[in-house]
Amino acid sequence: MEVTISTAELLTTDGIPLRQSLRKAERRNKIRAFLLVFPLLLFIIVTFVMPIGDMLLRSVDDSQINSVFPNTFDEYKNWDKGADELPPEEVYKSLFFELANGDKRQIGKALTRMNYAKSGWKSLIKKTTREIKKIVKKGEEPVSYKETFIKINKFWGDPTYWYSFNQMVNDRSSIYYWNALDRTFDEDGEVVLQDEKRRMYVKTWLRTFKVSVYVTIFCLILGFPVAHLLANLPLRYSNLLMIFVLLPFWTSLLVRTTAWIVMLQQNGVINGILVWLGVISDDGRIQMVYNETGTLIAMTQILLPFMILPLYSVMRVIPKSHMRAAQNLGAKPATAFIRVYLPQTIPGISAGGLLVFVLAIGYFITPELVGGKDGKLIGSWIAYHLKTTLNWGLCAALGGILLGIMLIFYWLYNKIVGIDNIKLG
Amino acid sequence: MNDTSQSFVKFEKIDKSYDGEVLVVKNLNLDIAKGEFVTMLGPSGSGKTTTLMMLAGFETPTNGEIFLDTKPISKIPPYEREIGMVFQNYALFPHMTVAENLSFPLEVRKISKPDIKEKVQKALDMVELGNFGTRFPAQLSGGQQQRVALARALVFEPRLVLMDEPLGALDKNLREQMQYEIKHIHDRIGITVVYVTHDQSEALTMSNRIAVFNDGVVQQLSTPDILYEKPENSFVAKFIGENNTLNGVVREVNGSSCTVELDGGFGMVKALKINVNEVGEKTQLSIRPERVSIDNTTSDSNNFSGKIEELIYLGDHIRARLDVCGNNEFIVKVPNEGSFNHKEGDELKLSWNSEDVRALDL
Repeated sequence: MEVTISTAELLTTDGIPLRQSLRKAERRNKIRAFLLVFPLLLFIIVTFVMPIGDMLLRSVDDSQINSVFPNTFDEYKNWDKGADELPPEEVYKSLFFELANGDKRQIGKALTRMNYAKSGWKSLIKKTTREIKKIVKKGEEPVSYKETFIKINKFWGDPTYWYSFNQMVNDRSSIYYWNALDRTFDEDGEVVLQDEKRRMYVKTWLRTFKVSVYVTIFCLILGFPVAHLLANLPLRYSNLLMIFVLLPFWTSLLVRTTAWIVMLQQNGVINGILVWLGVISDDGRIQMVYNETGTLIAMTQILLPFMILPLYSVMRVIPKSHMRAAQNLGAKPATAFIRVYLPQTIPGISAGGLLVFVLAIGYFITPELVGGKDGKLIGSWIAYHLKTTLNWGLCAALGGILLGIMLIFYWLYNKIVGIDNIKLG
Repeated sequence: MNDTSQSFVKFEKIDKSYDGEVLVVKNLNLDIAKGEFVTMLGPSGSGKTTTLMMLAGFETPTNGEIFLDTKPISKIPPYEREIGMVFQNYALFPHMTVAENLSFPLEVRKISKPDIKEKVQKALDMVELGNFGTRFPAQLSGGQQQRVALARALVFEPRLVLMDEPLGALDKNLREQMQYEIKHIHDRIGITVVYVTHDQSEALTMSNRIAVFNDGVVQQLSTPDILYEKPENSFVAKFIGENNTLNGVVREVNGSSCTVELDGGFGMVKALKINVNEVGEKTQLSIRPERVSIDNTTSDSNNFSGKIEELIYLGDHIRARLDVCGNNEFIVKVPNEGSFNHKEGDELKLSWNSEDVRALDL
């Protein structure tokens, strides 16, 4: 006897394939769900995804200057630096015409860019352009463009200026990222360390890391007991305590930071009390603000709720019977805590830790105000270049690195703890 | 059993108050013999869980002393008491596998690795979960979690096992099945069990003796059959099993029996004198539904009639709610022998033996 196994599709009573019917029935729900999230999706794309994408593009973009000096850069690439001390005549010639005929505003922008590569470019080109315009006006045609340039300014015979072109000759360039790590390109386009006096980013990156790690650890040490208390107190006390935890959220960040200055400065409240108590002498007032200590203290206080809240939400759902059960099974309270309670708080510890660390690493206002010279973090440099030097490429590169670090941490976290274990509330 | 020198667990004059104003447990005296299965039964807030927690060491008695194996234990911290406990929601550690949960009490006792492995496997086999050691508690059903909790409470061979409403979270079928399993395990290994529940059928099924708690006081401590058939006060009569009550006043006392005149002039009832002393005292009469017979008269004077208010068909018997002597919640269970052909609104003739009526306090 032959057995036939039906492989036909499942049909509904009306004979429509079941899958198709299900899809149709679910379609309305799907459309409705999409419409509900659509405004937010749009908002996020416009205000979050696009700016970040734009920033990441800017960090590798050098097209503006390449559109101003296309011929010069083309010729520059033919320069055999081993053979000739200075670039060939064609480079000077191209530059001559591109300066003479170029759009003034575009050149101005390009000059700012050139100055990032080597200071002095701006004034040199401005001066030269004036002279070149005079020559063009007179209708003369220089015999040697190279000689003309060097005659206008002797720096045109200085190869170090020409070497700095290496940093700009490509439309897409990694130079900003190297700059953000205190590196630059030498005359052969190789990555080398910056001059000693221009190295400041690596130091700041390391400090940013150190401060972020410390702040995270301090927040954990201070926040863990509070979260535990919050989760275990009777409701009416825990509500009151929760208000104290949340109070900082209701106060302006600026006000809180300034309050810390009042507290910590050398003539401030804490030093005053210590002197009054005789703990320290009047000359021995402790410097607690405008340095790394100030940054640490203020940031720990400000970021503390971000540690307490995820911890609290995790601890709240750990049944109290677990500690009792562990003790009942023969574990001393300390053992019970370490082996039974602590492991269950790991989702909270890691969520709080990740949150505080990520916030700390990009923190700006507080370190800027209380950090002084050696308490500033990388965010201050980003703001500096954004507002003062207008070097947006470098800004974007610094931001890009910051983003990269966060993604690495996120990845590590996912590997070690698992992102599904995160609990924020 | 009541000889104090032999009692394994002894509560002596225990009082417990949380706020200094209300006593949750009042003058508790309780002796439990070795190997006994004793249930503390009572409504919520009656003090039974508090009593259990005092025994486990999580609450301290406000007054009195608890003895375990003749030694006072009030000063001994919970982790040195060697008392196993099954918690209401099992309290299994979610970050540990079943085997790790079971090893935990052995590890903290610094037992060697091979011994731990053997004991854990034995305990898992006992609850028929031999192959589940590597699972996490969340991957188990409620009944399986319950068994793991039981195995964990027994694996370190405690002197005594406490169970705090361990079956409360299970559905009815599973609960009944687990009742038998716990009872069988108790029979097999002979460990002393103190069990807390508010479910009277659970208590009747499993226990050697039951302590009925109400309002912080043990109302009656007895074996299940005595508790059901000879309740000593109206609370126990009402709490254990189904119970019909009639209120009245004692008119005559005659040795161990008495005659009670029902309120509302419905007549006189002969009853056992249990919790009343004098003529003129108000009393509540208690009669079990299955002890009321219909359509046949007894030699006693306890012949009454009642109007059928409601009939509920329950297969093996028919449950009739009657209006008898002013009580319209009077239940009679009629065995389904096929001869019952009354309808709602009919009058039934009722009678009962005077030995089955107990005159209790009001």
